[in-house]
Amino acid sequence: MTAVEPAEPAARRRSRASRVVYGVIGVIGEILITLGLLLFGFLVWQLWWTDVQGNRAQAEIVREVVREAPPTVAPSPGSTKPAEVVAKPRHDDPPVLKDQKHATTFATMQVPRWDGEPERPISEGTDRATVLDVLGVGHYEGTAMPGDIGNFAVAGHRTTYAKPFNRILELKKGDPVVVRTTTLDGSEGTDTWYVYRVVSTQVVPPTDVDVIAPVPNEPYAKPTKRMMTMTTCHPMYSARERFIVHLELDYWAPVSSGTPAELVSNAG
Amino acid sequence: MMYGWLWRHLPGPTVVRVLILLALAAAVLVACFAWVYPAIAPHMPFNETTVGE
Repeated sequence: MTAVEPAEPAARRRSRASRVVYGVIGVIGEILITLGLLLFGFLVWQLWWTDVQGNRAQAEIVREVVREAPPTVAPSPGSTKPAEVVAKPRHDDPPVLKDQKHATTFATMQVPRWDGEPERPISEGTDRATVLDVLGVGHYEGTAMPGDIGNFAVAGHRTTYAKPFNRILELKKGDPVVVRTTTLDGSEGTDTWYVYRVVSTQVVPPTDVDVIAPVPNEPYAKPTKRMMTMTTCHPMYSARERFIVHLELDYWAPVSSGTPAELVSNAG
Repeated sequence: MMYGWLWRHLPGPTVVRVLILLALAAAVLVACFAWVYPAIAPHMPFNETTVGE
């Protein structure tokens, strides 16, 4: 192919101009690639690292809680672990904690259905910065305390920040959720087991706050039952809706009387 | 470009330059995990999970 040789100065000018253009495009490209990598890093942080940190922090909270230990009996022959005493279920009026200060951890919860999930702390309040992102499960301020008539309502992350309610879909009607209260001051209602059982589940828009009313979904009704409600995000990785689990108190027992059968069979 | 500029201004032979770059990248990642990501997370649209607060 033959081409007409352009004049020297014009070619030099054009090549300098194109070098500037390519240089600018190259820098923009590098910035975009860098931003992409940083965004990927954000995903890793949000979806993985917040779980690692959260699980570590929440396990530490549960470990540091000062509380009564349930009684045990001497290990049976052939076993090395001391056997747990099964607490006798009580159906009379349970003791109830007084209202707690914001961000105070006053209870823990265990869900036998979620085999392998750790015991989670429950703290007062549901804002993310001081409770849900750092302390695990949060108790809606103003709703009933564990065991009381009304609705003991709690919130937890479905994904990220240790995702305490990640496996909420596995809960079936009748499944137990065991709440154990623990306050340092030894006030009424501390060191008590409250065993709730799932009665219903529902999916609602985030604005439907009546799910945590004293009588769930009936904001003006006078409560007569001892309910518990768990709320979390739905579907996973989204905040579009809420997954709601309603539970009712089955029985209660003092920690000093033993361990609920629901937890003993799970451990054995 | 900018990474080319960085590369040309790093001292030492190739091995040393690669090691310095890796250290720089690690430092950026640690800074992001410790401060940048926690700071921007509340502003992400998918993190608007509470009502009325």
